[in-house]
Amino acid sequence: MTTTRPDAASRILRFDRTERWVHWTQALLFLVLFVTAAALYIPAVSELVGRRELMRTVHVVAGVVLPLPVTLGALGRRGRALRSDLGRADRFTPHDWAWLRSFGRARGLRIGKFNAGQKLNASFTGGAILVMLATGAVMRWYEPFPLAWRTGATFVHDVLAAALFVTVAGHVLLASRDAESYGAMKGDGFVSRAWAARHAPAWLDEGDPDS
Amino acid sequence: MDAAHDTAIGRRVVLGMLALGGAGIVWGSRVADGLSRLLAPITAADRTGITALFPAAGGFRIYSVTGSLPRRTRDEWSMVVDGLVDRPATVRFTDLAAMPQRRVVRDFQCVTGWRVRQVAWSGVRLSDVLDAAGVQDAAKAVRLESFDGVYTESLTLDQARLDDVFVATAMRDKPISTAHGGPVRIFVGPMYGYKSLKWLSRIELTPDVIPGYWERRGYDIDAFVGKSNARDDDPT
Repeated sequence: MTTTRPDAASRILRFDRTERWVHWTQALLFLVLFVTAAALYIPAVSELVGRRELMRTVHVVAGVVLPLPVTLGALGRRGRALRSDLGRADRFTPHDWAWLRSFGRARGLRIGKFNAGQKLNASFTGGAILVMLATGAVMRWYEPFPLAWRTGATFVHDVLAAALFVTVAGHVLLASRDAESYGAMKGDGFVSRAWAARHAPAWLDEGDPDS
Repeated sequence: MDAAHDTAIGRRVVLGMLALGGAGIVWGSRVADGLSRLLAPITAADRTGITALFPAAGGFRIYSVTGSLPRRTRDEWSMVVDGLVDRPATVRFTDLAAMPQRRVVRDFQCVTGWRVRQVAWSGVRLSDVLDAAGVQDAAKAVRLESFDGVYTESLTLDQARLDDVFVATAMRDKPISTAHGGPVRIFVGPMYGYKSLKWLSRIELTPDVIPGYWERRGYDIDAFVGKSNARDDDPT
């Protein structure tokens, strides 16, 4: 059986090896964090799982490690694609604003590699990782801080955890509905140019798709 | 692409979240406290227990240190009172029921920050149990053991004799559930929750205070609410 090679004429690289590796490592860490969080926070799950000390240790280690994949992945020559995608997620074009105002329904917009929803998801998740790290650190290593900070940090950590659960679940749901994009993240990173023309036309206009 | 009209939104989102998070750490305890008061009547009326999961709603969180919750019925349960006592004894549930019964209503404050307001506890004063066994002069502390096999606690004899330190048999006027440390647990009214040992199985009189499970992990031995563990909660 002959396998179809990524054909430069019909296919285009959406997620390179580094990005896929960063994505799935981060996904695994989020899963570990959500499961251990449930064991620590939801009484019914706590009763079932117990082992509070172990759950707390695993949760803290996974949380401290969480910023590493994206940080390390963005370094060096292998991080080029990730760095330029982070830059894309940062910038909003007038078309992105129009997309956002129509809740993604407007047609004929020149959307780039990522739409405004994906950009906001990336920024929110990035900011959330930092805030969860900071508040988690105050909860775990509370001695040097004023007394009320631990309660405040716990409150922020709890609220943001709930928000993160909703956005991650939303991300998984929306991604699973797009077989081609999801397939690219699971597989070799390529999507068809036809897909790109439908979902990310301005990306094709960028010219040399170095990433 | 018309880069001139682009705006850097992503970094503003991240910076905004960092600012909000920082403000939340510094002032969040006030917001949490306000929310807790606001939600208290709703949580109390909600039988599903779902609203208790809201951040700061003030529900109990279940902490157990072993794999699964140890289960014993009232009939199966018994505890040993031994160490520096004149009359070492095995105490059964019916023995406790035959002693003078007490009831107090107190806030339950956890050292990690959550607080459950106005919880009723009933049972027997630890002091009465100690008197029944006859405490010897050499005894200066009480060591408590749980039938989960791991959890231990300790109190000085003076602390153990406080009026609101119970061998508790009921919580909120109902039998104590397994999750909450039933059928019999310790309740130490003026101290943080970890001192109120769950699943009581042994009371041993000792010459010195022997640090318990959480104390060996960094928590204070004298755990009065608001005066220990670097916290300033209102006394319970």
